[in-house]
Amino acid sequence: MITQIAFYLFSTVLLLAAAGVVFARNPVHSVLLLILCFFNAAGLMLLLGAEFLAMIMVIVYVGAVAVLFLFVVMMLDVNFAQLRAGFIKILPFGLAVGGVLLAQLIFVINAWPHLLASPHAPIPNPGNVTNTAALGRVLYTDYFYIFQISGVILLVAMIGAIVLTQRHRSDTRRQSVAAQTQRTAEETVHMVHVTVGTGVEIPEEGNA
Amino acid sequence: MIPAGLSVEHFLIVAAALFTIGVLGVFINRKNIIVILMAIEMMLLAVNINFVAFSAQLHDLTGQVFVMFTLTVAAAEAAIGLAILVIYFRRLGNIEVAEANRMKG
Repeated sequence: MITQIAFYLFSTVLLLAAAGVVFARNPVHSVLLLILCFFNAAGLMLLLGAEFLAMIMVIVYVGAVAVLFLFVVMMLDVNFAQLRAGFIKILPFGLAVGGVLLAQLIFVINAWPHLLASPHAPIPNPGNVTNTAALGRVLYTDYFYIFQISGVILLVAMIGAIVLTQRHRSDTRRQSVAAQTQRTAEETVHMVHVTVGTGVEIPEEGNA
Repeated sequence: MIPAGLSVEHFLIVAAALFTIGVLGVFINRKNIIVILMAIEMMLLAVNINFVAFSAQLHDLTGQVFVMFTLTVAAAEAAIGLAILVIYFRRLGNIEVAEANRMKG
């Protein structure tokens, strides 16, 4: 009973928040509703017994992705009202497409020939360990290569994001490490004999 | 496993509705690429819910493992998408993707 109440609560809030993300006028509200969305999805995953994924959902999505969105929304100085022009015009078309898609999806779910043996030998959750430990055992053995590849994907994404957003401004003076390390003592330090009462003639600087 | 009193269809229908809202978001916010990216995140979230629901139904951990890979791809996609958005904005001063036709032949 309590699980059913929790399910309907989580899914209702999830869908309402998702609708809010799409229809909100202010993109900051969109991001905040997206965070609510992720929390409720994490609740649904908890109901299904996937505790580790629920926590990962909160940490990765809310802690990283949503905050990234929030930063970008707040950094860009965009006239969002202008971006909503044509919203009403496209709305009936969008609702029609969405309605057809939803009807089809529900049709497929109801017409599903009842599930279903797993196509390969299933990897059950061994009863004596937690969900996290069970996932770790599978992830680091059967799916180890895919796990490594996903790490590489993240690395590529990180490098790509850095390279894309880095800019070389011409009006700032930057340190040139190569020029600094190529300097030698001969061309920078001079021994000068100074006689009393006369000044020092500064030698011609080859490179300042 | 699926909690008592609920079936896998419950979760599938919620995920289907969430996916549809995501598609709707892409359609009706054609100009605002930030909301489009958020809608894509929601569609990936719906897929994740499906994965976990089937994982629970089939008593098979593979679904949950694949959710982690989906999460990886979603995070990478959001990072790259937002980076492209930032340089687009820096160059053109707006984010109207409807006018992004400079590469048109």
